[in-house]
Amino acid sequence: MTTLDAPRSPQRRTRGRTNTELYAWLFMRISGILLVVLVLGHLFIMNILDGGVQRINFGFVAGRWASPFWQVWDLLMLWLAMVHGTNGLRTVINDYTRRDATRMWLKMALYTASALVIALGTLVIFTFDPTIS
Amino acid sequence: MSTGTTSRAGAPGRLAGTLYRGREGMWSWVMHRITGVLTFFFLFAHVLDTALVRVSPQSYDSVIATYKNPLVNLLELGLVGAVLFHALNGLRIIAVDFWKRGPRLQRQLLWAIVAVWVVVMVPGAFFMLKHSVEQVFGS
Repeated sequence: MTTLDAPRSPQRRTRGRTNTELYAWLFMRISGILLVVLVLGHLFIMNILDGGVQRINFGFVAGRWASPFWQVWDLLMLWLAMVHGTNGLRTVINDYTRRDATRMWLKMALYTASALVIALGTLVIFTFDPTIS
Repeated sequence: MSTGTTSRAGAPGRLAGTLYRGREGMWSWVMHRITGVLTFFFLFAHVLDTALVRVSPQSYDSVIATYKNPLVNLLELGLVGAVLFHALNGLRIIAVDFWKRGPRLQRQLLWAIVAVWVVVMVPGAFFMLKHSVEQVFGS
């Protein structure tokens, strides 16, 4: 279990320190700005401009992914949102777990599930076949 | 400045230590977490259901058909509201982190994004729920 130092106490663990958390922090902001455009655009187009789920079926998806523009849009959105969300949940797990073992297992489950979903989504976008039956 | 959590919480016995500092700063953080986690879990389901287009048009269409009812429509509206809050508050966090005057204006920034949220959600809810309302109450 990790213990918190009193504020302004001298820093421990000077060896082996990396900037991983800084890059994670920066990534959340950069991907966040991109996701504002990608996700809010996606929600607005799908739920309002295109008439919502009532209009969705296989043919709708086929028509959309016929265009490389929407393929790239969806692929970018998938990757950014998944990594952004995975890092967010990593923070939540770090905040609330008390035992090292619990924290480790929850994070392994998170990373495994995320990797599978990213791989599946990517595969589907790249191998989509509109003539499948 | 140490204002103590007990005085804010009001009931020292029960809530002592469960509130951080309260007010806009803490509650926006709480909402950011809740909306973020909810959206992330939805994303898993959304990638999985869309992946059915790789199985067959029939399996995709049959799962999508289970979404075409007023209850799921209401859940969709909730999702849009959660994502919109998360997006706007994310921009507020970026402003607090990178804009010189951001930290001092964090409270006003929150009320500004809440106002934007309401202004977007009112017409948004109208257009998103239109079909369901017509379905339930007859058109």
